[in-house]
Amino acid sequence: MTAADRIDRQFAKLLVVSSDGAISHLPRAALATLLHPGDLIVANDAATLPASLHGVHRSTGESIEARLAGWVSFRDPTRFVAVVFGAGDHRMLTEDRPRPPPLSAGDRLEFGPLIASVECVLDHPRLVHIRFAGSPASVMRDLARHGRPIQYAHIPEPLMLWDVWTKIAANPIAFESPSAGFALDWRTLKGWRERGVDFATLSHAAGLSSTGDPALDRRLPLDEFYFIPEACASAIEAAKSRPGRVIAIGTSVVRALESAAAADRTVRAAEGRASGRIARGAPLRIVDAIFTGVHQPGESHYELLRAFADDKVLDRVHAAIDERDYRVHEFGDSLLVERQAAVAKAPS
Amino acid sequence: VLNDFDLRGLRVAVTGGTSGLGLALVRNLTACGARVAFVGRRAQLVERISKETGAYGVVGDVGRKEEIHPMALEIAWTLGGLDVLINNASSLGPTPLKLLADTECEELHEALVVNVVGPFRLTKALFGALAASAREERGAVVINISSDAAVNAYPSWGAYGAAKAALRHLTAIWAEEAKDEGVRFLSVDPGDMDTPLHALAVPDADPADLKRPEEAAQEIVALMLGALRENAPLALAPRA
Repeated sequence: MTAADRIDRQFAKLLVVSSDGAISHLPRAALATLLHPGDLIVANDAATLPASLHGVHRSTGESIEARLAGWVSFRDPTRFVAVVFGAGDHRMLTEDRPRPPPLSAGDRLEFGPLIASVECVLDHPRLVHIRFAGSPASVMRDLARHGRPIQYAHIPEPLMLWDVWTKIAANPIAFESPSAGFALDWRTLKGWRERGVDFATLSHAAGLSSTGDPALDRRLPLDEFYFIPEACASAIEAAKSRPGRVIAIGTSVVRALESAAAADRTVRAAEGRASGRIARGAPLRIVDAIFTGVHQPGESHYELLRAFADDKVLDRVHAAIDERDYRVHEFGDSLLVERQAAVAKAPS
Repeated sequence: VLNDFDLRGLRVAVTGGTSGLGLALVRNLTACGARVAFVGRRAQLVERISKETGAYGVVGDVGRKEEIHPMALEIAWTLGGLDVLINNASSLGPTPLKLLADTECEELHEALVVNVVGPFRLTKALFGALAASAREERGAVVINISSDAAVNAYPSWGAYGAAKAALRHLTAIWAEEAKDEGVRFLSVDPGDMDTPLHALAVPDADPADLKRPEEAAQEIVALMLGALRENAPLALAPRA
């Protein structure tokens, strides 16, 4: 049983924005009825790392929490981009958390068995590169056991790894859950297959969605690494030639696919790094619709929707979300937004 | 040459990899070039076998719920995915073996946790990785080690036999359910082997009458290759 399951999935809601801007409300279980044979669903199969580490800033003796937020070098667990918080835990709103002691290069940080040093402070006093002592294998071993999933105040009980891995989780590279994937289970995938809907996965190392620090949050998402396997690239090629729609499960899939997209609307199997925000006016070369959680205006997840629909439509979506009480956190309700006919396609 | 196939690139996880059949599997698979991660409870033994075989050792107990995901994380990270999972770790329940009416509830419970619930949890945690491997046409196979005690009613083998029977049926149902995902499930009875587990169960058995675990390991690797070939004919190349 996971936290995601505890929220009654049976009653999860789905707000649908069709390509003409019309809004409709469905039970999420009815998602399959919106898919056509030949459509391709692409999901992020990243498994979530226990990326929250509690420990001590050696020189001041102050308690700190480091949240691993990105890879410095993809899959090398000895080096990370991290956001450092002062004392306290996830039960406190991130906004209310005290700042960490002033950090500088060379500072020693101790997290149980894991010893790290600050490599450099980036352009914000709590955003740093850290390096763990030891071999990659020994760091991963200790991280797997000492780290805890990053979590927020809306769920008070501590989350375990099984709470933050989606059913399709395969590749342990993400720092926060690719949460749109919590809506998928194997029965759903079976139902899609029976309707002639194709399914593919990529792995995208989703990073922090929020730090509670406005200056830092404006910088999110940080650069994120991804890997697109051969099977995914060829499924996209097949969908484009049928033609079928490409429907992304979650913003991370949109980031990976659009970052990897070539001008001729193809995607090659490759490793890459998605940087910058996708927002209003961003060209969409691959993705025709996005299935995602419900987010708030200003959050990078929400701003990404502006690439799919114009502000007028999204204002109506936001009003409908408030009015109908959609649940906004990562285990909450869902949106399906088709790319609006009015939003110009990227030039080929 | 242990097998006709070069297993280079194949990603395999084996539980209970520090003794008996599990150790023989780790040795066989690494010798054939597979990339192997194995799980064992005793850190020193895990380290020694890791050094000997070059396989990645994970210290963990499949009988403990909170250790399953860290274990799965280490396996998926170190192998970069997973093609084959061999659930080999096993518990006899009470030793010396007892009649069921003499078996403590806790002893039965322990046999069920290690032999059924543990493999279920680990397979579930790694199912996403196995299904991803199947989508990439690398093939995906789960092999659950069974026993003739899963089928025959041997007096005093109650806890073990009931647990192995449950595992065998779990495997059969999962095999049906996971077909469409391209993940194969096999239940394998390796026979009576000269292993520490058998010595615990039948201390006065003559080792000469027992199968060598190396022989059983080779049979299991052959079955594994057969299943992979059916699912992913291109994934394995004949040894040059």
